[in-house]
Amino acid sequence: MPTIEIASKPVTVNDEGFMTVYDEWNEEIAKVLAAQVEIELTPRHWEVIHFLREDYKKEGESSTSRHTQTVGGFPIKEQFELFPKKPAKKMSYIAGLPKPKGCV
Amino acid sequence: MTTPAIVPNFGNDDSGRKMAIICSKGNLDMAYPGLILGNAALGEGVETHLFFTFWGFDMIIKSRMDDLQFSPAGNTAMHLPGTNAHIPQAVMPIPGMTSMATHMLKKQLDDLKIPSVPDFLEQIVAAGGHLWACRLSADMNNVSKSDLRDDVEGIISASDFIEMTEGAQLLFI
Repeated sequence: MPTIEIASKPVTVNDEGFMTVYDEWNEEIAKVLAAQVEIELTPRHWEVIHFLREDYKKEGESSTSRHTQTVGGFPIKEQFELFPKKPAKKMSYIAGLPKPKGCV
Repeated sequence: MTTPAIVPNFGNDDSGRKMAIICSKGNLDMAYPGLILGNAALGEGVETHLFFTFWGFDMIIKSRMDDLQFSPAGNTAMHLPGTNAHIPQAVMPIPGMTSMATHMLKKQLDDLKIPSVPDFLEQIVAAGGHLWACRLSADMNNVSKSDLRDDVEGIISASDFIEMTEGAQLLFI
């Protein structure tokens, strides 16, 4: 696993660039990750990100778009607006979580 | 020792990838492959069109879409739960088999948190997917636009569909 520097902190990522250590994440890092995929974080983005972080702690896996809608209460349509084109992957990336594995 | 930033490729290159899925089956089990793949394609930022034709029409007819059924008859891949043993085809047509099998399949899907067919289509539309109905099937079923889900964008001919899906990857289910 490569180690890269984000927001002046060493961060462990996989070959694609997704963070692999839950506790290495912080909000400063999230801002840098978001900027790298051309997303400017609004309060609503943060609500999604904090839901994803908490949910991962509970479920042990990254939330899919469906789960983010049904459990988190963030409508799919809004997810596409906040994180265009590939919401599930972009959300997980910024939240410092692995890519979601679920099919639905 | 650190290496330079690694940023995932989220495909922002506007590759224009497009997918067209033809849903031609009205059995509950065969409704899902198109829904799952269509939903996955949308989640990957791929423009996705679903075209409903023949028996697949039951997926978008308001009065039928909640009541798709699954029959194990003719399906030789049915096994006794937890084993490799085939269930004899002779028992498949007994009364109540279809409703029991439908009930079991729905429960399995529900346990895996997979939405019902109507909910799944709603999710696909929310994700930017397009639903189209086949003109010939509408005529054969004597169905008009008002009988279909409101989010079906139109009843179109086969040639309209071919024209619309130029350059798309095509999936026939």
